[in-house]
Amino acid sequence: MQFPILSVIVFTPLIAGVLILLYPAERKTEVRVTALAATVISLLLSLWVFISYDVSAGGYQFIEKFPWLPILGISYHMGVDGISAPMVLLTGLVSVSGVLISWNVDDRPREFFAFMMFLVVSIYGVFVSLDLFQLFFFFEIAVFPKYLMIAVWGYPKTREYGAMKLTLYLFIGSVIALVGALAIYFASGQHTFDMLALENAGFPLEFQRIWFPVVFFGFAILGGIFPFHSWAPDGHVAAPTAISMLLAGVEMKVGAFGALRVAITLLPDGAREWAWLILLLGTINVVYGALIAMIQTDFKYVIGFSSVSHMGLVMMGFATLSREGLLGAGMQMFSHGVMTALFFAVVGMVYDRAHTRDIGHLGGLFKKMPWAAVGFIVGGLVSMGMPGFSGFVAEFPIFMGVWRSTPPIFAIIAVLGIVITVAYILRVVGRVFFGDTPLEIQDVGDVTVLDKVTVGVLAVIMIGLGLFPILMTPMVQSGVERVLALLGGA
Amino acid sequence: MEFIASHVLSLILFFPSVVALLMLFLPSAEEKLIRWIALLASLVPLGLSVWVWSAFNPGLAGFQFEEKYVWYPAIHSTLHLGVDGISLPMVLLTTLLTPLAILASFSIQERVKSYMILFLLLETGMLGVFLALDLLIFFVFWEIGLVPMYFLINQWGGSNRNYASLKFIIYTVAGSLGLLLAIQMIGVVAGTFDFTELLAAWPALQNQVWYGISIETLKAIAFWAFVIAFAIKVPVWPFHTWLPDAHTEAPTAGSMILAGVLLKLGAYGFLRLVLPLYPVEAQRYAGWLAFLAAMAIIFGALGAFGQTDFKRLVAYASINHMGFVILGIAAAAWAAGTQNGVLALNGAVLQMFSHGLSAAGMFFLVGVIYERTHTRDLDAYGGLFPLVPVYGGILVFTAMAWLGLPGLSGFVPEFLVVRGSWPVFTLATALSMIGLFFTGAYALKALKKVLHGPLNEKWVGHLSEINTREVLVIAPLMLLMLWIGVWPAWLLDVINRAVTMWY
Repeated sequence: MQFPILSVIVFTPLIAGVLILLYPAERKTEVRVTALAATVISLLLSLWVFISYDVSAGGYQFIEKFPWLPILGISYHMGVDGISAPMVLLTGLVSVSGVLISWNVDDRPREFFAFMMFLVVSIYGVFVSLDLFQLFFFFEIAVFPKYLMIAVWGYPKTREYGAMKLTLYLFIGSVIALVGALAIYFASGQHTFDMLALENAGFPLEFQRIWFPVVFFGFAILGGIFPFHSWAPDGHVAAPTAISMLLAGVEMKVGAFGALRVAITLLPDGAREWAWLILLLGTINVVYGALIAMIQTDFKYVIGFSSVSHMGLVMMGFATLSREGLLGAGMQMFSHGVMTALFFAVVGMVYDRAHTRDIGHLGGLFKKMPWAAVGFIVGGLVSMGMPGFSGFVAEFPIFMGVWRSTPPIFAIIAVLGIVITVAYILRVVGRVFFGDTPLEIQDVGDVTVLDKVTVGVLAVIMIGLGLFPILMTPMVQSGVERVLALLGGA
Repeated sequence: MEFIASHVLSLILFFPSVVALLMLFLPSAEEKLIRWIALLASLVPLGLSVWVWSAFNPGLAGFQFEEKYVWYPAIHSTLHLGVDGISLPMVLLTTLLTPLAILASFSIQERVKSYMILFLLLETGMLGVFLALDLLIFFVFWEIGLVPMYFLINQWGGSNRNYASLKFIIYTVAGSLGLLLAIQMIGVVAGTFDFTELLAAWPALQNQVWYGISIETLKAIAFWAFVIAFAIKVPVWPFHTWLPDAHTEAPTAGSMILAGVLLKLGAYGFLRLVLPLYPVEAQRYAGWLAFLAAMAIIFGALGAFGQTDFKRLVAYASINHMGFVILGIAAAAWAAGTQNGVLALNGAVLQMFSHGLSAAGMFFLVGVIYERTHTRDLDAYGGLFPLVPVYGGILVFTAMAWLGLPGLSGFVPEFLVVRGSWPVFTLATALSMIGLFFTGAYALKALKKVLHGPLNEKWVGHLSEINTREVLVIAPLMLLMLWIGVWPAWLLDVINRAVTMWY
């Protein structure tokens, strides 16, 4: 039997989380080191998966499967394809960055890191699951650490509201999706939750038409689709830094990924029927999210809404159901994950030192914390879709897909999002990092070495991917080919 | 040697960026070292492009020194580089002006390291546009150059720099949205971004219908998308309003590059992409373009004449001068393949080169006087000639080349453009001649206000003569202005063969 690499990736943080809870509360250093070690092990293994994934063979690889509850057709089934392998890598990156950024969390670090580990387990689990039941299992267990971490360690003024809103939205979404998944299970008549089997179940068109939106929107709520996006900015802002990074960086991708893996690949005819609506909502996401980001006065809310805007591009890419669009969506999920993790990390660094997030009360921080500023600028350039950065190589194919599959008006409207993005990013950069430093924050210090490492690594990844898209595109492409085959060779 | 010869274009293109990356690891305190490294790094592309110039065979059709690398195979885009007789002079202009601008920036004292890194990145961005033979790569470099320029203006610019830099980037990004959309659409319809393949496939596409839109309509829309993007960059009236702000607020070297090279990117876009890809549409709308060009010439000149700020005057003059480039392009679009068209186009390309020299020179000289007086107000100067005779002589010389005195570089291209476009667009050309009159007027106004008239006693004893470093910046430019004015054939011959082959 081969080495169960995916299981190890998923369960290392779980073991670490349990271990951390067993430590005495005052052993803070041990807690941190354990969390870091676990996430680093998972990251290295996911990097190994990423590198050794055989692109020319395509399909699902590193498969692990054994029956779990055969009477219901449930099995323990893991594997990655060209779309999920980059997501697993992303999870590794963001979780390690999250631990590094939270190094100095002083309020009950034991519980903080333990819950964070559980959240990471849930995210990894969704990306590698090939069994529908198992996927939901991992999907749902995220609720508990998410809620607790926002409510306990969040921004005191809004944490209860943010945590409650986020949890309710996502709970409703997952219940809806679960109902859809059960419908799929029963309609298939195959008595199995195995997604590989369900892919070829050949559901009747009428069934797909009714159930596709249920499943899709159940997941897409977590992906931040308009008009169900409002949990995202509130939740992200209320959450502590590392959780904002994980929420916006990977949890939103979990939603988008679920929408692709479960809704689009299992119900391809339904996807074709409803593509227009997804496209429309995605376009609204892009432009509306950017406009709202433009008028925010809270630094963190700007980033929160920018995530809404950028996830709209992912949705648009899905909706094209075309080779370029899906490729771009896959790339955008990775690119945005890294970018927004970096953004929230920098916002956290600024807030921890200046104790305000009001753009009007910040200024001139470039001199105080140059690494953070450069990191934020790089992230900003990615989010503008500036060529040479990962955002461009992701957005460009999405727009090509939009041109190929839909009336030109959608591309034309969505591209306006770019100018608005340029405007709000430059506004924030100008107000926060340049200009004069207000008196109250004259004495803020520089960021820590760990912060610099985090910022540097994330920034280099975005530039590297932007200059050499070939590092990732062949893999995503192989995953897209599989989806296209299910869609009937579009 | 072998390696250098076969990869010369990518070396020219990426050498400055690689050095910029390495400079990140230098300590910021080593300002002197950083300046010299930046200067030497920018001399390497110059040397290489001079070598390319000497090895270039103007008699061959198509592109030379071509290189092709894998970049983004999923959407069929490759890093495809090459030069021809139109892009090579522009490459030469860029690689020449960059070291001069860096030398001119030796007086920058603040954050030298970041400044020099941005400048070297900017050089790569500009060169990429001239060297790209792939539409997507063209766009990548087109946009990438904005970022360092934005920060150069925003961080090292004048008092109104925030407004100017934001206006600059928003204008240009908004303008290139259409270009972005059109490139995406072309990629989808034609299935390739490679310029040589597109040239064969795209104009030949006919009778297709796409979402109820015929390919002809689509081409017309894409044509306008390209035109607007390039017109903003040139800038063509009425898209010019970002220019005076950006040029005035940019640091001296930034203005030199803005006027010397960045404006040429727009004109180059017309030559490289609009005319070859849309010959039919270009001919249909050439009259409008000529009209806008004449407006740019007249309003640019009048605008310059009305300024009281020395730098703003020079900035407005760029609108006036670039109008001639557009007029030449419009005439060539209308009268493609005729003697007139060829003449006008020769003039347009030469004007791009010549204006690159003289405008960069003028901005530099404005910078020289500003550094000493800390004012740009024309009324604050007066009678400075006796105080700074060498500077005065250089300023007069450069201004003469700038306004188009025969014997210096400005005259030949403007004459060629006017000669070529007169039979094609008589009215627009005649109007442009009126503009040309005002060109003389504003140039002389500047000279009079700065150098002549009653001496402003305030400056006596406070104004030092131009120094050796500054002379070294302007001397190569003056030499070339004279050389082109006296014997333009060395440059025109290459341009003419390329123009004849292409259009």
